Amino acid sequence: MVQLTLPKNSQMRTGKTWPKPEGATNLRTFRIYRWSPDDGENPRVDTYFVDMDNCGPMVLDALIKIKNEIDPTLTFRRSCREGICGSCAMNIDGGNHLACIFGMDEVKGDVNIYPLPHMPVVKDLVPDLTHFYAQHASIQPWLETKSNTPAKEWRQSIEDREKLDGLYECVMCACCSTACPSYWWNGDRYLGPAALLHAYRWIIDSRDEATGERLDDLHDPFKLYRCHTIMNCTKTCPKGLNPAKAIAQIKKLMVERVV
Amino acid sequence: MADVNRGNRPLSPHLQVYRLPLTAKMSILHRITGAGLTLGALLVAWQFIAAAIGPGYSDFVDGLLASILGQLILIGSLWALCYHALNGIRHLWWDIGRGFDLEFTEKANYVVLGGSVVLTLIFILAIW
Repeated sequence: MVQLTLPKNSQMRTGKTWPKPEGATNLRTFRIYRWSPDDGENPRVDTYFVDMDNCGPMVLDALIKIKNEIDPTLTFRRSCREGICGSCAMNIDGGNHLACIFGMDEVKGDVNIYPLPHMPVVKDLVPDLTHFYAQHASIQPWLETKSNTPAKEWRQSIEDREKLDGLYECVMCACCSTACPSYWWNGDRYLGPAALLHAYRWIIDSRDEATGERLDDLHDPFKLYRCHTIMNCTKTCPKGLNPAKAIAQIKKLMVERVV
Repeated sequence: MADVNRGNRPLSPHLQVYRLPLTAKMSILHRITGAGLTLGALLVAWQFIAAAIGPGYSDFVDGLLASILGQLILIGSLWALCYHALNGIRHLWWDIGRGFDLEFTEKANYVVLGGSVVLTLIFILAIW
């Protein structure tokens, strides 16, 4: 259901302002969402100052610097630091990005950092993605076949393989789904752009033999059709993919098989 | 998402922090104009009913619609109609699976917005 405001326990307060590093001349202000499950308090927004003369160029560099040098309790996910693991997805400067490949030079003024929008928060910048992953699993993201397993591999022409370009690159960072207002309001039943992009990736795989069943499963007022082509998913995708287009292709296949 | 919210986990901010792109704003505007046009249609129906009821009531309704506020509402409805129709064409284009690259979408935003204003002006000049 649409609830435009935040529930009482989720409303943000102004938090702590952490001391400026000594001797630094090139400071940048970071406002970062904080919430701890341990103190029973509401979320707050803390202010940090980072010495830009002594920091890497990406937002993740600054977060790691804050954690190392200012506040070791700051909690966030990160792993590969090169945009392939999808762990450090967060809301930076009003858009969803991977902190490791999003440069601070792309932000004007102070850098505001929040967890991925409209998700339950585990701690600080760490959202609970359980439901998001379950939705991905629900579209059966694997090859379904009925014919006998071939002696060697399942063959695919170069042209058929090219149909998967722009789809297989998805790293499941959840930037797109959590940027989608439809997913905010109906995320319990609407699958969201990430899961639907993956659904399409298997629907158009020439080797997959469950296309009909896959479409049957998506033929639902909520799972697929809550997409209203708002385009936030495509606009925000850190990998430059186009979930909105993939969803439109599924909708098109739904029509094509009945006419 | 309350059903997956274990313990007293807060909901992360959404509309409060997300900077909606123009395409998203135009999407919600499409819905607002759509709903608004239902009211506009009622307004037109009211005028027809008034005309059927008789000259006295008809003059009263016409007078209301001819007032400055009435004119503003009518011009607003006219623009809403133009916007909704043009954006509707864009939605049809999307429905056949085209026009999804971001550069095209940005351009289409301005075409629809500008086009709706131009179309409204043309209609006003034609009706005047």
